[in-house]
Amino acid sequence: MDFREMMESKYRDILHHYIKEQSEQALYAGQKFSRKSIEHKVAPEEIISLHKSLLLEMYPELPKDIIHSFDILLEVMVGYGIAYREHQSLRHQQEELRSEMEIASNVQQTLLGTSIPTVPGFDIGAISVPAKHMNGDYFHFVLDENDNISVAIADVIGKGIPAALCMSMIKYAMDSLPENRLDPSSVLENLNRVVEQNVDPSMFITMFYGMFNPSNNIFYYASAGHEPGFYYDSKKKEFSELVARGLLLGVDKRTKYSQYEKEIFPGDMIILMSDGVTECRTEEGFIEKETLIGYINKYIHLNAQEIVNNIFRELEKLQHFQLRDDFTLIILKKDV
Amino acid sequence: MNISIDVKETETKLAIKVTGEIDAYTAPQLREKLFPMSEKEGVKMVVDLSEVNYMDSTGLGVFVGVFKNVRAHSGEFKIVGVSERLERLFEITGLADIIDINSQIEGGVQ
Repeated sequence: MDFREMMESKYRDILHHYIKEQSEQALYAGQKFSRKSIEHKVAPEEIISLHKSLLLEMYPELPKDIIHSFDILLEVMVGYGIAYREHQSLRHQQEELRSEMEIASNVQQTLLGTSIPTVPGFDIGAISVPAKHMNGDYFHFVLDENDNISVAIADVIGKGIPAALCMSMIKYAMDSLPENRLDPSSVLENLNRVVEQNVDPSMFITMFYGMFNPSNNIFYYASAGHEPGFYYDSKKKEFSELVARGLLLGVDKRTKYSQYEKEIFPGDMIILMSDGVTECRTEEGFIEKETLIGYINKYIHLNAQEIVNNIFRELEKLQHFQLRDDFTLIILKKDV
Repeated sequence: MNISIDVKETETKLAIKVTGEIDAYTAPQLREKLFPMSEKEGVKMVVDLSEVNYMDSTGLGVFVGVFKNVRAHSGEFKIVGVSERLERLFEITGLADIIDINSQIEGGVQ
């Protein structure tokens, strides 16, 4: 039988039972009844009206005043009923949005997908983890016909969906750059014009662009306001910042970017990151560069992908598994 | 996470004092408050960040947007009271080269 049809007799039993003996068990039956009636979308005012008619049936002599008082309770509960139904419909909408978001985030991953190239003489590791569904960080590798390896790492200022949409645009702007080899500084100058013209005036992108030329072992790089990476000198076992000055993409269309270079020897590393790495905030404050270098040293004997995976795990643990910002870390290690 | 934005208008400038944290949650409030002001012709804005204990890149985005607006309307934009940590953020992003940061201004911002 349908719950609604037996609702009356059920409620009558519970009521009788409790009036006879005020036991925990009878109260528990009431709890179970309320779960059932919520499940069957019975409005709260319906229960009050049921309660009122059962009382009349059980106690025909009940003072009229008491019976009337139920009308007020009923009116008040009507409001609760409406609020509850609104809540239910919002929950439903939220479910829909959540599933749409998941689809969008999958689409984004497909759009922005980049594969880590296998390059003779180089060991490359990369990890990028969004703080929420959509990632505002981006990295990209290109291996051209002269065996130059280019690497781009970018971060949209802003988070969530707007940042992710913006990043998809950058990816297509990069894909449509002329085929012939471009210097890091010209890549940034080109992208800067695209961003300046097409993006909301309060949305900006930081980008580091580097290119390693295997014929002379020089890493050429330029930065558009991006968090500086590190260079690891394997001979001295020392880390230094890959300092590069340059304005964020999208602020001024006439911006020029300086290009820097660094000779890379076997065993050396280039470490690139998004500000999610250095803005990783713990209870004691921000992590210091030294902490990050400490982690790199701890895992330096591993291959590049294992190093970045382990560092991510350590920093995630420091933040109690709650990322505040998208996180990207790339390591390029020149084989010994 | 709270923010308060206090605006004092004098004859010569708008002095804005921000207190609290500027992040993805509070940045929209800052933007709503500052953007309309930044679109006034020839506006002179001075933003004091000495009471800001945390700002992430979202906050930076707001200031760049405001700066662009002010520049487009031939105004002046300054940021003062920038902590060492924030100053580094302005340095890295190259903004320190185009926005007036922590310069001495006459009469202070109080």
